[in-house]
Amino acid sequence: MGLDIRLPIGGLFIALGLLLTLYGILGESNIYQRSLGVNVNLGWGVVLLAFGLIMATMARWGKAGRASKDAARPVPSPLSSGRPNQEDTH
Amino acid sequence: MNLTWIDWIIMLVYFAFVLGIGFLLKRRVKTSTDFFLAGRAIPAWVCGLAFISANLGAQEVIGMAASGAKYGIATSHFYWIGAIPAMVFVGIFMMPFYYGSRARSVPEYLRLRFDEKTRGLNAISFATMTVFSSGISMYAMARLIQTLHILDGPFQRMSIPREWIFHASIIFSAGIVLGYIFLGGLSSAIYNEVLQFFLIVAGFLPLVWLGLKNVGGWHGLTQTLPAGYTHSWVGMASPHTNRLGVEWFGLVMGLGFVLSFGYWCTDFLVVQRAMAADSMSAARRTPLIAAIPKMFFPFLVILPGLIAIALPNSATQTPVASTATSIAQPVESSGTGIIPPKMDASTGLPKVDNDGNVVLDYDLAIPNMLLHYFPTGILGLGLTALLASFMSGMAGNVTAFNTVWTYDIYQSYIRPNASDEHYLMMGRLATVFGIALSIVAAYAATRFNNIMDMLQLVFAFVNAPLFATFLLGMFWKRATGHGAFLGLISGTMAAALHHGLTLPSGAISGIKGGWLGAVVHQYPSEMAQNFWTAIWAWSTCFVVTIVISLLTKPRDEKELVGLVYSLTDRPSEEHLSWYQRPVVLGAIVIAMSVLLNLVFW
Repeated sequence: MGLDIRLPIGGLFIALGLLLTLYGILGESNIYQRSLGVNVNLGWGVVLLAFGLIMATMARWGKAGRASKDAARPVPSPLSSGRPNQEDTH
Repeated sequence: MNLTWIDWIIMLVYFAFVLGIGFLLKRRVKTSTDFFLAGRAIPAWVCGLAFISANLGAQEVIGMAASGAKYGIATSHFYWIGAIPAMVFVGIFMMPFYYGSRARSVPEYLRLRFDEKTRGLNAISFATMTVFSSGISMYAMARLIQTLHILDGPFQRMSIPREWIFHASIIFSAGIVLGYIFLGGLSSAIYNEVLQFFLIVAGFLPLVWLGLKNVGGWHGLTQTLPAGYTHSWVGMASPHTNRLGVEWFGLVMGLGFVLSFGYWCTDFLVVQRAMAADSMSAARRTPLIAAIPKMFFPFLVILPGLIAIALPNSATQTPVASTATSIAQPVESSGTGIIPPKMDASTGLPKVDNDGNVVLDYDLAIPNMLLHYFPTGILGLGLTALLASFMSGMAGNVTAFNTVWTYDIYQSYIRPNASDEHYLMMGRLATVFGIALSIVAAYAATRFNNIMDMLQLVFAFVNAPLFATFLLGMFWKRATGHGAFLGLISGTMAAALHHGLTLPSGAISGIKGGWLGAVVHQYPSEMAQNFWTAIWAWSTCFVVTIVISLLTKPRDEKELVGLVYSLTDRPSEEHLSWYQRPVVLGAIVIAMSVLLNLVFW
């Protein structure tokens, strides 16, 4: 539908990852007894940040791929779209 | 519960994204197909994740953990038997008819295949059920917010009375869901469901990791818990040798066949996500793609329940005392693990069942696990994941409702032949009053505390026969509309009759059964009774549909092309690479789930 879903996913997890990572580094350090001594904020925050970056990058590659495919393709004929339902515009 | 500013920020960031997606998608919604079917332009993987996320309401997250604490790993049957086979079946065999018929909803398929009255029956019962489901999600979320004292702190600081927390939660959840669905329709719902899926994984994976580390892994659990908890098939020969209280036949036929196929193959809430796919093969792959994470969800939602009950009993470690009252009380250690007893609100003492055992409040397994292991920061993430799962359940119901209302009730019976813009407007309006009705249902749940049980019953009565109707409709060209209609009605009545004449052992006549006066049969457990009710309902519908169909005139075969298996070309798979072929994917999924069953035998 136009908006690549990977972009908002990437955005959300970059934001959450940053929040948790920074809190893990800069926040109080004596709150981790309940998590068995592990600084889960930092650890998991980094994982989420990485996930968000991967998603956002995949979205960018997808857009670049689509853009170059559009540029390389000759003017499409209305009969050759191959999709079952082309009545809507995007 | 002490939430600090970081927890609140995390929650707010999430809700900002949720609404932001709605706003971004608004301008792409121009036709009713855009609003109700996401323009049929969604890629398979997105549909697949939305498919399972729409189904993954909080009742599942909380309920499965509760069942995990109560029954152990046998709860996985709800996934590996009670979901995977049906998902594979609907993807490979049924999607060609749903998608190929161009039906815009499940009731519409029924009209195309059978007749108007069958569609009407299904549309009206489904629309009613979605409104109630949505209302119950809203109610459950508000109660949880109340019980966990999430909003107590801020409300106190703002000098707002605590009694308003419930109302504020209802308004807030209604407002958010209304916002993003009104703006972006099904696309918005689907995008948010995918977001919610990842968020739920993000919130619960660290919980499982910490919990397993704490109890010594799966091995530690097998050491600490009785054997019945850590085996899913051992003891299934008889209802008396396993914790579920049901034998394998009732389990496989009742849950694995009737209930599971009845839900996954006919419930428009999930089927709608597959109908939004951008091609036939994408539509067929949607349930198969969804089956893969679904298979592994037991590790995410059931394990926390097992861990919760395996932890050592300790009064100081139970942060939340009771769902019956909203005041945290210091708990005597009559709970097990970190699961507290259910408190009797009138006596202030733990509830005790007929055998004298303390009744545990298993629903508090996941919330207590979150509070037990998560420090502030990641706690905000865990809570957001929980709230997100409530809202994805609500949103799924609302989108299903507004589509069925607009196309199957409004367009069919109230105002046919209006312009597309009119139906688009109607869809938005239906979203508003659908949510309003859900709010009414949520408040009804506060008045009648048996309403949730009653609704579960009614859903089961209505859903159980459905699969028989669809099975015959899609695979037997001789099935007629009269047969389908009478089959559905008789199936539902059979379910009610069976429930009214039987009782699970230890229960009193009433909401649990036996309300028709005599108790003809006693079942070892409630689950057994449910599964057998389903089996009876399905069988009745199946037989009645066949008999009545043979006695009534069938439609012309030309009209049924594309709607019935024997009259439709098989979708071709040659042009797809091997991993895109539905049959190959289906086989892989089944093989993996058989493997999982064997590992946890």
